[in-house]
Amino acid sequence: MGTNSHPSNLFHCEPNRSKLLSQLWQHQINNRCISEDAIAALATEHNLSAIEVAGVASFYHFFHRQPAGRHTIYINNSIIAELKGYERIREAFERETGARIGSVDPTGTFGLFETPCIGLSDQEPAALIDFFPFTNLNAIKVKEIIRKIKEGRPVHEIADSPPANIRSLPPNDRTLFFAPYTRGEVIRKLANLTPEEVIEQLRIGELAGRGGAFFPTWKKWNTCRTFPESPKFIVCNADEGEPGTFKDRVLLQYQSGSVIEGMVTAGYAVGAAYGIIYLRGEYRWMVPALEAEIAQFYQVGLLGKNIAGITKFDFELRLEVGAGAYVCGEETALLESLEGKRGEPRTKWFYPVEKGYLQLPTVVNNVETFAAAARLLQIGSFEYLKRGIPGSAGTKLISVSGDCQRPGLYEIEWGITVAELLELCGAEDPYFIQVSGPSGECISIKEKFRRISMLDLLAQKDIRCGGSFMIFNRQRDLVHILLNFASFFKHESCGVCTPCRAGNFILQRKLEKISHGLADRNDLEELRSWGTIMKATSRCGLGKTAPNALLQAVDKFGDYFATRLGTTTNGLYRAIDEHAAVADYERYKP
Amino acid sequence: MATCTFWVDGKPYQAEGGTNLIDAAQAHGIFIPSLCYFPHIDPPLGTCRTCTCKINGRYNPACTETVKEGLKVEVNTPELLDMRKALVEMMFAEGNHFCPACEKSGNCDLQHMGYELGISESRFPHLFQDRLIDYRPRRMVLEHNRCIKCKRCVEEVLTGDGKRVFNYVNRGNETQVGIDYEQEARLSDGDAEKAMAICPTGAIIVRGKSFTKPFGDRAFDLKSTQKHYTHQILDKPRVANFEKKTIATVSLAGCFGCHMSMLDIDTEILDMAELVSFNKSPLTDIKNFTQRCHLGLVEGGCANTENIETLRKFREMCDLLVVVGECAVWGGLPAMRNTVPLGECLEEAYLNSITSEPGETTVPYHADLPKILDRVYACNEIVKVDYTIPGCPPSATHIWKVIKSLLWGEDYSLLYSEFKYD
Repeated sequence: MGTNSHPSNLFHCEPNRSKLLSQLWQHQINNRCISEDAIAALATEHNLSAIEVAGVASFYHFFHRQPAGRHTIYINNSIIAELKGYERIREAFERETGARIGSVDPTGTFGLFETPCIGLSDQEPAALIDFFPFTNLNAIKVKEIIRKIKEGRPVHEIADSPPANIRSLPPNDRTLFFAPYTRGEVIRKLANLTPEEVIEQLRIGELAGRGGAFFPTWKKWNTCRTFPESPKFIVCNADEGEPGTFKDRVLLQYQSGSVIEGMVTAGYAVGAAYGIIYLRGEYRWMVPALEAEIAQFYQVGLLGKNIAGITKFDFELRLEVGAGAYVCGEETALLESLEGKRGEPRTKWFYPVEKGYLQLPTVVNNVETFAAAARLLQIGSFEYLKRGIPGSAGTKLISVSGDCQRPGLYEIEWGITVAELLELCGAEDPYFIQVSGPSGECISIKEKFRRISMLDLLAQKDIRCGGSFMIFNRQRDLVHILLNFASFFKHESCGVCTPCRAGNFILQRKLEKISHGLADRNDLEELRSWGTIMKATSRCGLGKTAPNALLQAVDKFGDYFATRLGTTTNGLYRAIDEHAAVADYERYKP
Repeated sequence: MATCTFWVDGKPYQAEGGTNLIDAAQAHGIFIPSLCYFPHIDPPLGTCRTCTCKINGRYNPACTETVKEGLKVEVNTPELLDMRKALVEMMFAEGNHFCPACEKSGNCDLQHMGYELGISESRFPHLFQDRLIDYRPRRMVLEHNRCIKCKRCVEEVLTGDGKRVFNYVNRGNETQVGIDYEQEARLSDGDAEKAMAICPTGAIIVRGKSFTKPFGDRAFDLKSTQKHYTHQILDKPRVANFEKKTIATVSLAGCFGCHMSMLDIDTEILDMAELVSFNKSPLTDIKNFTQRCHLGLVEGGCANTENIETLRKFREMCDLLVVVGECAVWGGLPAMRNTVPLGECLEEAYLNSITSEPGETTVPYHADLPKILDRVYACNEIVKVDYTIPGCPPSATHIWKVIKSLLWGEDYSLLYSEFKYD
């Protein structure tokens, strides 16, 4: 099952514990589960108690404690998949495999599970089978796939190869990410630049982090550079978990060279000798190609010792594969995960640039940021500044999905309006747009003249977009969409802090109440108040942003919510569904 | 480190730089609630979030902040007071906290925080998740219903060779603290008791080591941590005449314990008889309302359709509706069944119990019988409630202070020792 290539070995400076995740993967791949014996063996090897290893394994939903079938199927249950026919696909898989969702069929052949967004929102409905992608599914295709697997065809032979679906690039060769480039072009430039000059280039180009926080990249690199501890690490955050986002997947599939060059550049600028790409488990199928690319870099002397002939510039790079946990996209959670632990975000006691991976100075940047940094150096900061608008230079990759004719990847120049983007992708009667994923911002079509840029810190005039752009038309049930988001956060919360762990569950209950027509105005007020409390008190970005869509929707779509409220009584009685409340008991009617 | 001046709610205070903000505040008599904080854990856990303040303009927990020159902290703004209260309420709503049936009651940090913050009910719907009670450890019982995931035991309880005995398992709302049976068996008795002591709730119980102190002697029975404990029932006392008032009372899914408590004011009951008359109530045995009442006191939650009907009648016939006791407030002990599907409960009780005879069993069902609801509902899920008195049962003084305040606008404040959940 699955790809057999394992991420490369640890660097000599890394402790054995950092191996834990890939060891768990080995057990999962070879035995379809992490058995009690495996836990015990790993505990002995790492000198840990068994519960600590079990704690790590049970954090990641691709690790199963019970056998997950000789072939393990994960159907995407993101909201985009739901619009595109998740239900029909699930039924088809259940029918063909004989397994109910969340379980394994009686023969142990197929395990059928759900997983949130697998980074293929432009090709939904989609699923991973043995961690290979299958896209644009329909009932007939599902039947064919299962038939072939039953016949013994290797899964990787029948898997799909997701196309890039690049729908639009900036005109007049102004594309940044997809411009021609030859391997080593950027790294070789470093020979003529000091680390300070590299950072200065980024500063002039005003490059900001593309993971969604838009922190100035030069500042991050520069701060990390000032810490004397050694070694330092460059970590590429390829845990692209925000539902609706797939831009990093396309970059890693088709432009992995520029990403690696960006990492090497960062290593040069901050004086780091090691780089790790943390690839989300959903993208495990990309491992062979990425490993091959890294091997190529080593072969031509662009990784390793004295890179590109620069004396004493050594940089090693390896891949680490996550195992299904959205919260690992949070940088400190990602670092914990790299260390072979549960992906629980750290408190902000230290920033990673000071104490990151293994408590050593670490730069964590998004895939797109590294690619952009490499491209910026390739063309020079002044050329870079010609793209976009003043104060928000450059271009941005946006993953468009949902109700439009041309879902796919859009490279836009900052400053484009929502209306222009909707026009480009052929949006159909758009009504509700979720920008930057469920944790981002929801906007109404009335706001279509807002620009997409990095200008507005508080995002009141312009909109910042981390990469996901999900379009919903007027026929879509807004409460249903929000319920999907709430359920996502409820499962993906790391579980450490109360407001996020319990809060998301509580919001989901409230939305269910609205969905059942039992809510009144007071319930909307409570949603607003509770969401605000969660935002203020949660431990990390997940809980702080989880109520965003809901809070904004309640404000922006008041008319819609009014139609979803139950008929109010005299204000003294609360609405309950008495029929449902006694339904269980009625089964005992003689 | 040098002494620094930091500001709390606009007033300057001094502390050594680098002191944890919670400790620094406490040294000056400023109460910041917390449930996971331990001075010696570094970096701090920051899991419970109940010490959230506004620090230099941003919401952050006090436990992850140290004193620096010029640090500006807001602690007791109405918004922050409410936010912190909400966090503790959320813990009560998330777990299954049956204080009257808990070994740790009286010595429980969570319960104590509920008292300090004056929480009489959770604003959040109780989640009633079905959770395990783990009896397998050699010395301990792990009560997952009560765990608030503060992480104290994970960090603090280690074997002699540094292995963890507890660790988080699972993720999201299913996160819980797992225990390693093998390592637990290696702990000394002292370490096991330490684990129980540092647990801020009754989630870790050491067999044979609970219920060691009687009521009144337990850690949080009598004395508040706050210098000035204030607990007021109404923002402003109502202005009303000292006329005779009519009260109705009822026990729904309750045990009549709250009614007993009501009668527990000794001779004062004679004075009360002058001031109030009872209409529909088990005390008078008047079965149906004969007039509109000033006040309705409801004990117990709603377990069946008749309870709902009665409660709605109370709402209709009473100007003010007060729910009395844990059961009425959020379901209480009868709500222990809420984590189990109704069918399982009924079948266990009527079909599969040890005393049921094969072939002779049936689940009672008749047109004249009330229908049993899928779960026990809190009164405020069925009707609008005006005031809530927690306790199991609430003390007589608590109940009557509330009644007097509501009916005649008497000035009212409650002592820390009068406000209890058990």
